[in-house]
Amino acid sequence: MAKNDFIIDIRHIKKSYDGKTVLDDINFYVRKGEFVTLLGPSGCGKTTILRTIAGFIAPDEGSVLLEGKDISQLPPYKRPLNTVFQRYALFPHLDVYDNIAFGLKLQGVPREEIDKRVKKMLKMVSLTDYEDRDVESLSGGQQQRVAIARALVNQPKVLLLDEPLAALDINIRKDMQIELKEMHAKLGITFIYVTHDQEEALTLSDTIVVINEGKIQQIGTPSDIYNEPCNEFVADFIGESNILDGRMIEDRKVEFIGHTFDCVDEGFGCDTPVDVVLRPEDIYIMNKLDGAQFTGKVKSCTFKGVHYEMFVDTDNGYELMIQDYNSFETGSVVGLFIKPQDIQVMHKNCTENVLDGVVVDENHVRFLDGKFECNVPEGLCSGDEVEVSFPFDKVELMDYQDEGDAEGKVYFLIYKGDHYHIDVKTSSGLHLLVDTQDVWDKEDLVGINIAPEFITIKAKQQSND
Amino acid sequence: MTKRSSWSLPYFIFLVLFVVLPLLLIAGYALTDANGHFTLSNLGAFFTEPKIVNSFLVSIEVALENTIICILLGYPVAYILARRKSGNSAVVALMFILPMWINALMRTVATAEIFSWLGIGLGKGTLLFGMAYDYLPFMIYPIYNVLSKMSPSYREAAQDLGANSVTVFFKVTLPLSMPGIVSGVLMVFMPTVSTFAVSEILTNNTIMLFGSVIQEQFFNMMWNQGAALSLMMLIIIGITTLFTGKREEIAEGGLV
Repeated sequence: MAKNDFIIDIRHIKKSYDGKTVLDDINFYVRKGEFVTLLGPSGCGKTTILRTIAGFIAPDEGSVLLEGKDISQLPPYKRPLNTVFQRYALFPHLDVYDNIAFGLKLQGVPREEIDKRVKKMLKMVSLTDYEDRDVESLSGGQQQRVAIARALVNQPKVLLLDEPLAALDINIRKDMQIELKEMHAKLGITFIYVTHDQEEALTLSDTIVVINEGKIQQIGTPSDIYNEPCNEFVADFIGESNILDGRMIEDRKVEFIGHTFDCVDEGFGCDTPVDVVLRPEDIYIMNKLDGAQFTGKVKSCTFKGVHYEMFVDTDNGYELMIQDYNSFETGSVVGLFIKPQDIQVMHKNCTENVLDGVVVDENHVRFLDGKFECNVPEGLCSGDEVEVSFPFDKVELMDYQDEGDAEGKVYFLIYKGDHYHIDVKTSSGLHLLVDTQDVWDKEDLVGINIAPEFITIKAKQQSND
Repeated sequence: MTKRSSWSLPYFIFLVLFVVLPLLLIAGYALTDANGHFTLSNLGAFFTEPKIVNSFLVSIEVALENTIICILLGYPVAYILARRKSGNSAVVALMFILPMWINALMRTVATAEIFSWLGIGLGKGTLLFGMAYDYLPFMIYPIYNVLSKMSPSYREAAQDLGANSVTVFFKVTLPLSMPGIVSGVLMVFMPTVSTFAVSEILTNNTIMLFGSVIQEQFFNMMWNQGAALSLMMLIIIGITTLFTGKREEIAEGGLV
């Protein structure tokens, strides 16, 4: 792809507040005329990226390139970009016309030209005859239109939209989505859109950038992101999915839920632990059992408007979510079938917890901001830096923080068919992965205990510098 | 009378005794002469007697000047306080409010003493200094109130649309802080017109403000004349407040 095709190029952007990393090496580019969505849960850093592009935030490191030129040092008013703010930020002391004309007047555009362009914009956002209205007398949807018109009238090179529809009712939101998409197609202006709503992102975008914890998780088209999520987070965040522990037996053969399936993935190596994603609509469910790859028993069946959503216990005791146009009776035994191309195999980020620690004495090591009992190998003495590792399923989470040797908060959790996979974050930002049968909720405060016999301590390799 | 509205009885009695009755007394005295006969001459004196007319005009002038000084000094202070992240802004605010804990009369006398110690002659300059010193907090507070509640997104939106910081201030921040300025003006202008002690102490009685004229008339037992001038003062303040009060409702966010 030719370089001059990029209108925005974000390079190695880093930002932290009070030692807390908000953006960690963000890299992506936006092509001219593209509709790019930054998608992620609240607090993931997506708005920070947008504000960095707009110029309201100066990154600690990295640069923002507009058509190949570094604009990182330019103040917001010198950047040929315009923003639609989340809460509209319309000037309450100006009427609709003067709000929209604000930017043009500052540029010194002649009066007649301003008049022409403002009227054209008002027509585009279907607010003709609203010129003299007080902005505070408008509905949320109308205010949003004025905000969009106010930004677009300046013919920006890129339009930045910060969750522009978040404050609107669901019906107006759907209409506005369609209108935004039409405007984008008509004007040919590049849109960078921030949202936490995955459905909105899938509907609107040419390209989605999924962000979590200040890091880009995946960049791709909506169908790429949906069909081939690259990790558990993306799979869980975008749409509904069954995420399961699996094992790649060899190329094109994967084992999960106690069965072996053909798949289309290669290059994972032999006998490698993987995560498997199955979209609930990709599991075929039928009453006859011959021809089925495995069987299950319907646990619940709920009508969801277009389809039925069922939870099925498989013959090996895993729970799967299945969506189908037909309903199946609760308690009935069903045959299940998965096509090879519908199985999405993902690399596991890690197969056990590996953390940095410091030896306290011959029976204790400090890690995760806590002191844990364990067997310290001979030859290590107090103060030595060590690498601590232990399996996911040997961590015990306690109801009360003070019952554990360390404490944390449930940050992210997914159900893996027969157990929960939980990401616990400590107050200093360290992560710990836990496999457990117990049910926890996001934001739960937990104590962390680890059985001493499962903790492996290794001396850290000394670096040579 | 329902149970609840009977709770307001004490306030009602208070209002009648200390607001309505005195107002009626003032009106009564203003419209009668020393013998108790109805007359309009007391009120007429406001328009005809040169000494009174002059002192009124001087009062308006001093009040205007004082208000302008308070805006020019108070706005930047309020702006800086509101833009501060947090923490020590309370300390700075306290520095401006702290003098108000001292009795106004004592403060004014002390100010006059400082001027005489410095060898600065008392006159209009010292009067304006003293008044600004007295009334500055009343200007700072409402402006600070409006500015600190103003969403930063307005400023950002203006920047985003191509306004540099000077333009942002004059096109967005200043117009949006008008309710605060209006409140501040109300709280500074009105009291300055009717003030008397400050002008006496800080000008050594060389400048007669309207308040001093009224006070002088009461002092000389000219009850009817004094009451008439008080009534005029009240009417003027009432009209101005009504006038500004309407704008306040639309803009909201002020102190009054």
